[in-house]
Amino acid sequence: MVITPASATGHLALEGALTVTTVSRLDAALQALPAKAVTLDLGQVTRFDTAGAWAIVRFEQRLGQSGEVLGIENLSEQDGQLLATIRNSMPDVPDTPQPARSIVDRVADLGQAVTVSLGYGLALMGYLGLFVARLGRSLRHPSEFRLTALVHHCHEVGVKAVPIVSLMAFLIGVVLAFQGSTQLRQFGAEVFVVDLIAISILRELGILLTSIIVAGRTASAFTAAIGSMKMREEIDAMRTLGLDPAMVLFVPRILALLLMLPILGLIANVMGLLGGAIMSWIELGISPAMFRTRLVEGTDVSHVFVGMVKAPVFALIIGIIGCHAGMQVESNAESLGRQTSNAVVAAIFAVIVADAAFSIFFSQLGI
Amino acid sequence: MAPETQGQDDIVIRIRGLRNAFGSHVVHDALDLDVRRGEVLGVVGGSGTGKSVLLRSIAGLQRPVAGSINVLGTDVMTADEDTRTALEARWGVMFQDGALFSSLTVRENVEVPMRQVRGLSPSIRSQLADLKISMAGLPWLAGDKYPSELSGGMRKRAGLARALALDPEIVFLDEPTAGLDPIGATAFDTLIRGLSRSMGLTVFLVTHDLDTLHAVCDRIAVLAEKKVLVTGTMQEMLNVDHPWVHEYFHGPRARAAMDAVTRDED
Repeated sequence: MVITPASATGHLALEGALTVTTVSRLDAALQALPAKAVTLDLGQVTRFDTAGAWAIVRFEQRLGQSGEVLGIENLSEQDGQLLATIRNSMPDVPDTPQPARSIVDRVADLGQAVTVSLGYGLALMGYLGLFVARLGRSLRHPSEFRLTALVHHCHEVGVKAVPIVSLMAFLIGVVLAFQGSTQLRQFGAEVFVVDLIAISILRELGILLTSIIVAGRTASAFTAAIGSMKMREEIDAMRTLGLDPAMVLFVPRILALLLMLPILGLIANVMGLLGGAIMSWIELGISPAMFRTRLVEGTDVSHVFVGMVKAPVFALIIGIIGCHAGMQVESNAESLGRQTSNAVVAAIFAVIVADAAFSIFFSQLGI
Repeated sequence: MAPETQGQDDIVIRIRGLRNAFGSHVVHDALDLDVRRGEVLGVVGGSGTGKSVLLRSIAGLQRPVAGSINVLGTDVMTADEDTRTALEARWGVMFQDGALFSSLTVRENVEVPMRQVRGLSPSIRSQLADLKISMAGLPWLAGDKYPSELSGGMRKRAGLARALALDPEIVFLDEPTAGLDPIGATAFDTLIRGLSRSMGLTVFLVTHDLDTLHAVCDRIAVLAEKKVLVTGTMQEMLNVDHPWVHEYFHGPRARAAMDAVTRDED
């Protein structure tokens, strides 16, 4: 692209390609010209596209603002049409600067965020209520209950999670035994590693880590399954057919979780103790028989109950958050992905918060 | 209406002996098709006759089993990476639902192809994107919106704006008016017609919409029996003897569309 400067007659010859590749230079050159009447000679232009036309129309508009007229010469008919099209469709963007954000706006944002999270909490309570109500209804009308779906979800949520949960718990037991033995050996109190493993796994880690794994794999699965049904209007179709989504979708899923999570927790406890026992044997020479004796003598069975009583609560949290997030999916794939990851984060976070609340509660009770 | 005067050598897409198959299911066999520069070619055919597969083969999204596809003098199937990239800048594709990137605003979507252009400053790029959005008939406010916030018709227009971002010589439109209300569809027809005239575009258009065929297309190619059965203007289509073509262009819907055109001309 070459611009031959204006001669005395006010002519400006443009040569070469006026296209998207040269538009930056063309626009800069035209904007540098004074706002005086000028005639552009396009006779030597080899290629002309919308970007070139845009730069010329922009220049024309600038001249127009100061009451001057832009003349254009030697324009082919095709290019003239293009120029006319661009002239008609120049976007009319109003020049409104973004208003500065005041302190009031920020406070308002904070308030908004608080209301949103309170609203989220309320919505989850609503789903809990819905689940309990539908569960009650299925007790009164057993024919409406979806037994097949329940079994299917028990398989998905429970049986299929056994390998990963077992492995995780086994490794946690190994890690506890290993770390505990290095620390306790300094005091010559190696045998207390049994108490350490038993109490921490039975009370806290077994069920907490199981819940976190289940939150990761099941809350996301619930959201994805319900969300994609929501996305394809299947939920709406269900409603028009007189089926209650809460009855058909939520009850079997949450109930399956409610039944399966305690079992998974129990499996995790057993595997954790097994891992701890094996590691204690290898690392500290505590024989399995000694481990067993020490376990039975030193650890009260109440620890198991303290751990297990949390399982149904965690199950409800995970199930309700997963189902709720699924119902929030809009009609695009992006929101499905966003809700799925939100569900996992919210479920894990809520499980840990609930666990902390349990800890405080039990310590106040002195259990 | 048809550019009869144009020379035979000004052919931008030349397809010879194309064969597409999915497993044992043959979609196209020995398919020949020419698209001339500056024309609007409408491709019609029953469901499952491979209209979209044809479009995808030309655009290089689907590898044919045999045959040759020559676009703007380049053999699409044997071209190396660089030649293909250069070629892809010379065509634009509008997919059925716009296929906009959902994580980008409409303006950013239109800017995506422009990012390939070296030496284009970001401010000019966004102004050019605004121009393309406005040329596609969207209000400038739409530029800041995300695809999920747009209606189906607006998404199609935004998809068209992105297809036109680099002033391509050929645009491929897949069912441009499907799912639009009659007013929106007519407006889209006018838009395509206007843009193809003013920008000198060659348009390859897959459609089911008889009104679009009447209003926009210079020539029509009918896909049936695994090949392009017949090409020609609307008038020529009416005289074709093949049962499916006859049914298509003489059915009640075709007559209604035809009546509408004649009424407009009166």
